[in-house]
Amino acid sequence: MGANDDGFEALLEPFYNGKKLTDPISTKEDKYQLLPAFLKVKGLVKQHIDSYNYFVEEDIKKIVQSNRMIRSDQDPNFWIEITDIRVGMPTRDDANELRDAGKHVTPQECRLRDLNYSAPVFIDIAYPRDRMRVVRKNLALCRMPVMLKSSKCYLSGANNRKMQEMQECPLDPGGYFIVGGTEKVILIQEQLSKNRVIVEKDDKGVTASVTSSTHERKSKTYVALRKDRIVLQHNILMEPIPIIIVLKAFGGMSDYDIMELVAGGDTVYQDDLLMSFDEATKAGVYTQQQALEYIGLRVKMGGARKGRTFGGPRRNPIDDGLDALTNLIIAHITIKDSDFYPKAIYIAMMVRRVLMASHNEKLVDDRDFVGNKRLELAGQLLSLLFEDLFKGFVATLKQQMEYFFKRPNRTAAYDPTGSIGVNGRGITQGLTRAIQSGNWTVKRFGMARAGVTHVLSRLSYIAALGMMTRISSQFEKTRKVSGPRALQPSQWGMLCTSDTPEGEACGLVKNLALMTHITTEAGTDAVEELIPNLISGVERIQTQTGTEMHKEGSYIIHVNGTPYALTRRPEAFAKAFKQKRRSGCVSAFVGIHINQHFSAIHIATDEGRICRPYIIVTNGKSTLKAEHLRLLQLGKVGFEDFLRNGVIEYLDVNEENDALIAISEDDITPAHTHMEIEPFTILGAVAGLIPFPHHNQSPRNTYQCAMGKQAIGAIAYNQFNRIDTLLYTSLYPQRPMVITKTIQLIHYDKLPAGQNATVVVMSYSGYDIEDALVLNKASLDRGFGACQVFRKYSVEMQKYRSGRKDRLGGPMIGEDGKPIAKHRCLDKDGLAIVGSKICQGETMILRETPVDQEAHVDGSRGSDEYRPAPVNYRIADPAIIDKVMISDTERNSQIIKVQTRQTRRPELGDKFSSRHGQKGVVGTIVEHEDMPFSDTGLVPDIIMNPHGFPSRMTVGKLFECLTGKAAVVSGHRELGFGDAFRSHPVEEMGRTLIENGFEWGGKDYFTSGITGEPHEAYLFNGPIFYQRLKHMVQDKMHSRSRGPRAVLTRQPTEGRSRDGGLRLGEMERDCLIAYGASQLLLERLMISSDATQVDICEQCGQLGYKGYCQTCKGHGKVTKMTMPYAAKLLVQELISMNVGVRMQIEDKFPDPEPALPMRPKKSVHA
Amino acid sequence: MPHKPPTQEELERRKIVGINLETVTNVTATDFPGNYPGEDHSWDIEKFRQGFNVEIHQNDPYEASFSLIGCDASIANAFRRIMIADVPTLAIDQVFIYNNKSVIQDEVLASRLGLIPFTGGREGLRDFLKWRPKDGEPKDYDTVGLELNVKCEHNPDAGPNETDPTKLYKHAHVYAKDIVFHPQGRQVEYFSGENAIRPVNPDILIAKLRPGQEIDVKMHMIKGVGSNHAKFSPVATASYRILPVIQITQPILGRDAEKFAKCFPAGVIGLEKVTKAEAKQKGSGYEGHEGEPKAVVVAPERDTVSRECLRHAEFKDKVKLGRKRDHFIFLVESTGQIESEAIFLESVQHLKAKAKNLEKQLVNMVR
Repeated sequence: MGANDDGFEALLEPFYNGKKLTDPISTKEDKYQLLPAFLKVKGLVKQHIDSYNYFVEEDIKKIVQSNRMIRSDQDPNFWIEITDIRVGMPTRDDANELRDAGKHVTPQECRLRDLNYSAPVFIDIAYPRDRMRVVRKNLALCRMPVMLKSSKCYLSGANNRKMQEMQECPLDPGGYFIVGGTEKVILIQEQLSKNRVIVEKDDKGVTASVTSSTHERKSKTYVALRKDRIVLQHNILMEPIPIIIVLKAFGGMSDYDIMELVAGGDTVYQDDLLMSFDEATKAGVYTQQQALEYIGLRVKMGGARKGRTFGGPRRNPIDDGLDALTNLIIAHITIKDSDFYPKAIYIAMMVRRVLMASHNEKLVDDRDFVGNKRLELAGQLLSLLFEDLFKGFVATLKQQMEYFFKRPNRTAAYDPTGSIGVNGRGITQGLTRAIQSGNWTVKRFGMARAGVTHVLSRLSYIAALGMMTRISSQFEKTRKVSGPRALQPSQWGMLCTSDTPEGEACGLVKNLALMTHITTEAGTDAVEELIPNLISGVERIQTQTGTEMHKEGSYIIHVNGTPYALTRRPEAFAKAFKQKRRSGCVSAFVGIHINQHFSAIHIATDEGRICRPYIIVTNGKSTLKAEHLRLLQLGKVGFEDFLRNGVIEYLDVNEENDALIAISEDDITPAHTHMEIEPFTILGAVAGLIPFPHHNQSPRNTYQCAMGKQAIGAIAYNQFNRIDTLLYTSLYPQRPMVITKTIQLIHYDKLPAGQNATVVVMSYSGYDIEDALVLNKASLDRGFGACQVFRKYSVEMQKYRSGRKDRLGGPMIGEDGKPIAKHRCLDKDGLAIVGSKICQGETMILRETPVDQEAHVDGSRGSDEYRPAPVNYRIADPAIIDKVMISDTERNSQIIKVQTRQTRRPELGDKFSSRHGQKGVVGTIVEHEDMPFSDTGLVPDIIMNPHGFPSRMTVGKLFECLTGKAAVVSGHRELGFGDAFRSHPVEEMGRTLIENGFEWGGKDYFTSGITGEPHEAYLFNGPIFYQRLKHMVQDKMHSRSRGPRAVLTRQPTEGRSRDGGLRLGEMERDCLIAYGASQLLLERLMISSDATQVDICEQCGQLGYKGYCQTCKGHGKVTKMTMPYAAKLLVQELISMNVGVRMQIEDKFPDPEPALPMRPKKSVHA
Repeated sequence: MPHKPPTQEELERRKIVGINLETVTNVTATDFPGNYPGEDHSWDIEKFRQGFNVEIHQNDPYEASFSLIGCDASIANAFRRIMIADVPTLAIDQVFIYNNKSVIQDEVLASRLGLIPFTGGREGLRDFLKWRPKDGEPKDYDTVGLELNVKCEHNPDAGPNETDPTKLYKHAHVYAKDIVFHPQGRQVEYFSGENAIRPVNPDILIAKLRPGQEIDVKMHMIKGVGSNHAKFSPVATASYRILPVIQITQPILGRDAEKFAKCFPAGVIGLEKVTKAEAKQKGSGYEGHEGEPKAVVVAPERDTVSRECLRHAEFKDKVKLGRKRDHFIFLVESTGQIESEAIFLESVQHLKAKAKNLEKQLVNMVR
């Protein structure tokens, strides 16, 4: 096992948790050991990696397969065939023959040098030359971004040692890309399942819809019940078409056949359908020809068929109708040999579903049911994009080919090899740009999605991990519907019940649970072959009429939502099928379930289904035996073996509904079919950090899920080799005293983010109201809560058209022979010295830019001068230069990165939080001797106000404290477990405390450090894991008396970064108005803002200049006035738009003597 | 009405802090003037001298335990506070980094070095070394120079399959013992041989190195107090607790007695057989229980006051817990620079000096 040092060895060790090999194994207690085994195989982000692997190894070949032939229209004898495609291993893109050609590139190098972690893609092609087939192999097509830890990454299968050699953290989950040096994650996208009928009901009536998705196109078809008539709707159709006309258009069916196909023998449905028959009669459609013509006339021009009909002859409506039915409506049902019967069955099924739902509201589908959802992962998204780009590549290749053959005199035979690499660059760019920007544009589907990728948050290990399991929904965030946001019962075990953001994305952004697996496509061939031969009496659906289909007791077997066969023994069929799956004849990820309402068996092989492993229970007994676990502990078998031997199987959400799952071995009855591996896996990785979450009020767990990602801690083992824009690390992170199994599984105990603080719950000093915390100064002296903040400043030395480059200058030397103050930190090379302290305004990189940047056509040299373009340190608090890196980018220009470091100790106002959604700021820092102390001399690190408990109801925190205390005082760290749903009894903890001389409830006698007298109450105390959150006063505090102003309006600038003013906003203004503080208003809104003196001519009311009015040509009536500059600007802007503005002014308190005739009124004339 | 002087019993009762199930009562001393009508509680040095007593329980260099009996909480607390915050010690205050190639950043290394407790000749530490004035030049009587210079290299003697870094490399771990003291000027007189400045615990890990990495730093130690930074505090902890009192008001017998004993740490409660005489005595509650074990309080000072006995219904009204207000059991754990006992004595001196100072200020004020 030593070779597989992937971090799980401790968990799989025979002596794990104090258990020895000789200890008895109880399947009840120890079955959780399957979990590390599962994660060992699957990993925490295996969904991403599996999906990417599938794309890179199989899907990409399928895409090329379906676009393999490029035929010339000009020369029918010429063609290019792409026979194969392969993705290589990552290389340096800038490698050439001279410099380490084709050498491996590590992810870390890409991060530091701002490169793309990508691998070359090779294709094999064949084309004719002189009637010979020329085969060219291994032509470089493009470069494919490589997902870390995927099969194409050097990190896959690497052990700790290799990981260290590559400067990589062995605990890093992988599953992201590196593009331009930044780590990018393609978030999991949640969508409604494709190629499945969804029946919905709204105000207008019942609608069945299906989104057909094929490699060529994506479209949605509706069958709707509108005022007793059933119609078919599709984007390509100008108006809804009566359903009978559609069914007639398929041909080969009499009215009776249609009736039977839809309604079977049910008279109620027959009656409903009769109305629709009338519709067809009214339209005068009786034959297939008429129906096709009817449809053809209503097919929209343009759209998908635009290219085809352009320039060609106008086709007749019958062909249009036929084309629409064949290729556009329900496109995922392919027509073989002009046999429309499968499509007719499909539409009839939709009609039947609509009729059923109109009679029984319960038969309406639930959009929010997780079984109706599919998760789209990196591989699928990349596959969509690649196919689009590849088609573009083929098109340009063809265009070039045609251009070549169009030329009248060709000198040589056409050789496509040269143009492949050149045209392939478009694919490379398309892929990298999409990942870099997150804008996913797939032309053929009309898909334009923004925000698909995100920068991997490296705030803490948990933040990165949480991001990898995140699922974003395509739902609009602004819509105020509760359905999609609500917790769905079918989410059980699949999606984390706690981990969702607060606010607008609440419930729309979800997270995977710990054991969730997302299927990749399994292929239908094996399943379709199996179905007719599984049990006797299974008939292909094509051979059956509607009567047989809808007979009582007949079950239609659907494969991926499409009717495929018929059986009368559904249970036997499902059982036999599951047997085949358990024995490995079909993929473990194929799901089967029986829908009794629709008399249907559904077999699903498609990708993106959410599933989860369960222990199989047969005849009321778990198939998992103690010897299985023994072998597992010995390392003789793995999770895959259990899967293969029918001990464990995967159930998707739909199949879950057919199963009866016991939570524990005690609950098993003969009726049970499965058993949970471990109940705490219904939570995700982030929620798994919380000890005793089942004792907390549920929103508190949700809050912690959000805050756990902001906690400062260890990021990765390679954290000091990284140069990130912003990196927070903790000086002394600690393993939590109370952990959970999930913490061990996700290795949070190795990369923790927080410290075990000794907490006393009491009110102290009054500086602890509103959740504020009191901190012990001595604890801070000793390093409690200390953290470091790293910042990156990077600059690329550009090359200019004049042939000159940016360069580094030397520091300016002052009169005393030393560098000037601004260049204090610089070394002779113009870069800051590592280890030196840098203050605001000082230069870190003394870059100089050539004055002469433009190209010279006449060959002249231009100016030799350079002007400084330095990178200065702008933050008010000083930092230390941590690292300076010089390298070059793919564009062969020099890149310089400087990393600064600040070491911060907690100060007043810094934010802390426990793991129970209890956040608070530091209210005061108290001297050690003022702190209360216990009989044993214990002094708290943190004093927490007890008012935080009653309304928050975070009993879990009390339990954490108690459990932690028991573990500490007894010296047994294995007591410190707080797993969800399987925790230790608290009574036991109390007993441990008593044995060690403490009070059973955790409350001890304390003496006041100030008076020296005892406190009148016993104080609850113990260790609680506290996280320091990234929000720190130092980064936020801001004030100004005077400062910079915006150029345009002359108003104070906004925001801390610009040293802006603090805004007296509208509501504050309202208060002042209501109060009548007019002078204060005047001061705040004008004098302290943008007061300006203007010259105004009393005669014409226009702005003057220096006491002179341009309009009146005189000085006479021009007076000075103070007004907001913004108002003056408005006046001038209006003038510039040909809107004249006149200001009539008058003294508010006029001199009594020269009584002016004007009225005291200010008016504006437009 | 003439006031009756309080009985001895009453006086004792006043000294007891009540330990109840959920509350602590009578936490404040009441023997101050004017509190009890007709009683004179004015402070008197003679009275204090008579009532005051010190008992020493343990006197080890790193740990001392003693009782102050017969003084007020404010006095005891003052000693505790002074021990933590006001007794000066010597600690690394400035670190001059010449080279630091280790993974530990400069300022973190400095903070770690500062927290290492050092010790040396008592006389030199106490009398010879003085406060260093702010922004003053380092002098031999106010600054102690230290140096740490380690370089990690491959160990040529290591076996080919060696994986333990401490064997594979030389100086893979940097310990406090690697810090070298350089006496300056008259420091040789005070800090040489046994009295040299040295880390209290030589095995404190400072950093881990790998081949090619090195640490080359010089350090200045100065005198400071705990209120400035915890590294100057001479104690790991200095605290006191007041003496627990367990009063068995009604006999606890038989199995109850055993259970009662289990409610306390071992040795607090003893089991004795009920004697004939007790069994004969009427109204004592022992009638007819001759030979049965009964619970007696043996060593209340060992009780941790877990109040476990109050939780059980069978002991209800049979036991009364309390603590003696004026009996302070101190526990002083030294970090090693100054012996625990000396820390306390120094705190006494400090308090005295403070009082003198206050007196001077008062005189000035009155004048």
